[in-house]
Amino acid sequence: MSVTTQPVYSYFPGCSLQTTNRAYDVSSRNVARVLGLEMVELEDWNCCGATPYMAIDSKQSVLLSARNLAISEKHKRDIVTVCSSCFLVLYKANRHLHDDSSLRAEVREALQAGGMVYQGNVKVRHLLDLIVNDLGKEAIERHLVRPLEGLKVACYYGCQLVRPYGEVDDPEFPVLLERLMGWIGATPVDFGMGTKCCGGMLMTTQPDIGVDLTGKVLKQACKAEADCICTICPLCQMNLEAYQSKISARFGEDCQLPVLYFTQVLGAALGLGGDDLALGDALTPVEMVLAGNRQGERHA
Amino acid sequence: MNATQVRDLTREFLQNVHALPNGEKIDQCLQCGTCSASCPASARMKYSPRIILAALRAGKLNEVFESPTVWFCASCYSCTVRCPAGIPFTEVMYELKRLGIKKGLVGKKTHGRSMAETFVDGVYKRGRSSDAELICRYILRTHLTRAFSFVPLGWKLFRKGRLSLRTRTITGIEGLHRMMNAMGKGDAR
Repeated sequence: MSVTTQPVYSYFPGCSLQTTNRAYDVSSRNVARVLGLEMVELEDWNCCGATPYMAIDSKQSVLLSARNLAISEKHKRDIVTVCSSCFLVLYKANRHLHDDSSLRAEVREALQAGGMVYQGNVKVRHLLDLIVNDLGKEAIERHLVRPLEGLKVACYYGCQLVRPYGEVDDPEFPVLLERLMGWIGATPVDFGMGTKCCGGMLMTTQPDIGVDLTGKVLKQACKAEADCICTICPLCQMNLEAYQSKISARFGEDCQLPVLYFTQVLGAALGLGGDDLALGDALTPVEMVLAGNRQGERHA
Repeated sequence: MNATQVRDLTREFLQNVHALPNGEKIDQCLQCGTCSASCPASARMKYSPRIILAALRAGKLNEVFESPTVWFCASCYSCTVRCPAGIPFTEVMYELKRLGIKKGLVGKKTHGRSMAETFVDGVYKRGRSSDAELICRYILRTHLTRAFSFVPLGWKLFRKGRLSLRTRTITGIEGLHRMMNAMGKGDAR
C-alpha cells in the first residue's frame, strides 16, 4: 500500500471575502473540506493590492504580494485563492520576481527590513484550477451526492483568471468551469459571454460603462435560457447580482437571474446545505440550486 | 505644454514602457486597431488604445494624459492577448496612469484616479482593504452629490450583514511599513 501525502495549501481569502463576498469564503472552505483539500488560512495575510495599487505604484504592488508569498514559503505551502484579481496579482508578482533579477534584489532588501525572506518557491493557484486539474473527475464523482440534473448554467469566467497569461486555461475559450459543471450533472449553456469583461471597478467609477458591460452578460445569459450564472470572481459576482433592476430598466427587458459562486453550485451537488454555502447572503433567488430538478419543474 | 516638454514626457514614458516585460514591443505597433476593437470600454474613450499609440507617434501624448481616458481601462487584458505585435497594452495603460499622476497631468477628481488613491491609502494604513470604508471615502473624495445613488445597494448589503463597518488592521502592519519604506516609491517594472 502506497502512502501519499496530500499537499496542504495556504488559503488566501482576500479582502472582499471578509465582508461583502463572505458567501464565497464560506462555500469555498466547506467545498474544500468535503473534497479533502487541506487549506489553512495564510497567517496575517495582507491585501494583494488588486488593480488600483498597480495603477499608482507597481513596485509597492509587487512588494505587497511578496510579503504574502514569503509567509506561505515559511510554511512550505503553495497559495490557493478563489478571487481572480488576487490570483492574477499574486501570480504576476511571482512571475516578475522570477524573471527580473534587479527587481528581485530590491524586493529582497525590502522584505529583510521587515524580517522576511522569499526565495521564489511558492506557486499561486486558483481553487477552480486545483479542483478540476489536480483532483479531477473521479474525485468529484466520488463525492457527488446530488447531481444537478437539468440545471442550465451560464459559466462566467470574467477576465483575470485566464488573461493575460492563458496558462490556467485558454484566454478566450476556457473550459474548466464547463467541464466541472458537466461532472456534477449540470448543463452549461452556450451564451458567448463567458470571458467578456463585467467592467470591474468601472461599476463604481464609471457606472454608465459598468451597467452596459454587466448588462450585456446578463442579457445574453437570459437569452440562452440559463437558470443561473456561475462565477469565479467576487467582483464579477457583485456586479452581476447587485445591479439587475437598474440594468433591466436600462435595457428595457428582464435581466433578473440568480448569480452563484462556482463553489456554491459545486457544493450543492456535493450535498452541502444552504448554510454551508451561505445562500442566505445572496441578493438573487439562488436557493434554486438546492431545489432539485429545476428544468423538470419548469417545463413539465 | 510646449514641444520640448512633450518630447521629454514622451521620452520618459517610452523609457518606462521599455523597462516592462515585453515593453519594447510598443515600437512594433502596426496600427491595426485590434486593441481598440477588443476593448470593451473603447467606445466611451476619447483616445482608444490604437489612437493612444498614434498620438504618441504624432507627438501629442500630452493630450492623452490630460483626458480621463486611460482610467476607463478595467484591466480585462483583451487587448494584450490579441495584439498581433505582442504589445502588453494593459501594462502600457498602467504606465499611463502612473506617469499621469506623477506629472500632475490628470485631474485629481478623475473618478478612476480617486478610487485607486483611496484604495491605496486604506491598504497602506491597515494592510487590508475594507469595502465599506473604501466606498465612503471614495464618495467623500469625489461626488458627494451622488452619494444617495449608493444608498439602496449599501442598505441591501447592510441588511444581509455584508457591509461591516468594523475595520481590521493586520498584526504585522509595522513590519509591512518598514518594508514599504525600504522599497521606496518606484516606477514600473
